[in-house]
Amino acid sequence: MKYLMLLYGAEDVGPQPGTPEHAAEMQEWFAITNEMAEAGIMAGGEALHEAATATTIRVRDGATQVTDGPFAETKEVLGGFFVIDVENLDEATKWAEKIPSVPYGSVEIRPVMVFDEE
Amino acid sequence: MARSKVAQVFADEWPQLVATLRRDLGDLGLAEEAAAEAFTEAAARWGPTTTPDRPGAWLLTTARRKAIDTIRRDQRFADRLPALAEQAERPGRPSSQLIDDQLALIFGCCHASLNTEAQVALTLRQVCGLSTTQIADSFLVPTATMAKRLVRAKDKIRKAGIPFEVPDADELPERLSTVLSIIYLIFTAGHTSAEEGPGLVRGDLCDEARWLAEVLTRLLRERSSGAPPVLDVTIGKMGQEWLRDGDLPLADGSGDDDGAADDGAAEVLGLSALMAFADARRATRVDADGDLVLLEHQDRSRWDRDLIAEGHRLMDEAMAYRSLGPYQLQAAIAGIHATAPTWEETNWRSIVWLYNRLVRIQPTPVVALNRAVAIAMSVGPEAGLAAMDLLTEDGGLDGYRYLHAARADLLRRLARNEEAAAEYRRALDLGGNDAELAFLRRRLADLDAD
Repeated sequence: MKYLMLLYGAEDVGPQPGTPEHAAEMQEWFAITNEMAEAGIMAGGEALHEAATATTIRVRDGATQVTDGPFAETKEVLGGFFVIDVENLDEATKWAEKIPSVPYGSVEIRPVMVFDEE
Repeated sequence: MARSKVAQVFADEWPQLVATLRRDLGDLGLAEEAAAEAFTEAAARWGPTTTPDRPGAWLLTTARRKAIDTIRRDQRFADRLPALAEQAERPGRPSSQLIDDQLALIFGCCHASLNTEAQVALTLRQVCGLSTTQIADSFLVPTATMAKRLVRAKDKIRKAGIPFEVPDADELPERLSTVLSIIYLIFTAGHTSAEEGPGLVRGDLCDEARWLAEVLTRLLRERSSGAPPVLDVTIGKMGQEWLRDGDLPLADGSGDDDGAADDGAAEVLGLSALMAFADARRATRVDADGDLVLLEHQDRSRWDRDLIAEGHRLMDEAMAYRSLGPYQLQAAIAGIHATAPTWEETNWRSIVWLYNRLVRIQPTPVVALNRAVAIAMSVGPEAGLAAMDLLTEDGGLDGYRYLHAARADLLRRLARNEEAAAEYRRALDLGGNDAELAFLRRRLADLDAD
């Protein structure tokens, strides 16, 4: 089954860019990405720029509305994602536990919808 | 006759049938539907002389045929058909597989990714085989609401890929603790009233919870390779002395090499014992007007002696594992109460000692407050008040209504009536169900009358 893992966290919590802690955490991110690739379960994933760089688009009555900022103004924001292909939710949970930001952020696991071939 | 035969077979076979079908079909909803249809057919066809010799096998075969019919109608499950057609020809399955299937069913229904309401409803539907209407009635919600809850839960299981597996040994304690909390929740739902419930005790849920714990113990024991620990007199005696002197001869968890390996059954047995002790008081928990009667005022002569004996037997079995946990500690406390001649003549020293252990592994407001009450009974009201002061000052429990009610009671005993009245008013301000509020108002009125 494919799962999208949405990585949320408050941007001012956890290692901040430019600190030695951040550099150390980057190594952990590389390590988990490699581990997923080697296990053959990695189906995608990216890190995102901070939420302040987000733009939200809506089309209403044919008119495009463009607003600055993320879809919802919350303290915990989306910081990145992985897509993994594993057997079940328990396996997905085991991978989520290893994500470097999970000790101070959270990971939302969402099963990916599969459409019938026909 | 025929109907009662089906009812008996239902009680014996339902969880096995659903567990086996769930594995065959890979879908909980489909399994439940097929099992229910098989029982419907049994009710229609079995007569006093036409009951099959092996009803379980008959039901399984019938249910598999029903499932094949359903799948042929519903293309969503088409890929399951070849595997099932093959299964349909096979009689049963090895007993070790059957044990794992049943455990997997229980652990799956109580999976942490489901919310508590869903865990409770699924367990009662799938494992106990209660109908949606029965479950809805037990929790005082409309049948449609309960049906929706069950559909949503089964939907999540399928879409989110929640596995129905027996957890690995390293995860077993945590997963088991969730299952036990659900069983205990079902028991307490039967044991305490919702506000406008028909009575304070809905016994059916108590019976289901005790049956669940019994099944779980049996399955865990059958699954583990070793024999359950021998119930020798020494351990039973140690238990007795432990309860009397408050001196614990047993070690927590691992590190005890002469105890049998805990296959998880110790805490399940502890929970069974706890429920037996609590259930023994079922008849005395409410008075003729349906009002709550506190433990200290209950008519102990009407407690069920057989159930109390059963509780002690279960406790002995649990303690033979020498792997102590929160349910065994609570059961030990309930066991002391169950055998004490009166509230005053209870062995409060042992109870304080047990709460000291319990509060360390389960630091909840209820445990902390009960510990303080036990200290008041064992040492005196002043000591109890001091323990409660610590809870309001450091523990942040100032908004906990039972704390104020308990403080009020101790102040009343010390004849500090004005302070007691203030505490009763504070407890009343913090709300509660009707029976509790009525009780507090009576107490307050008694004080004012003095």
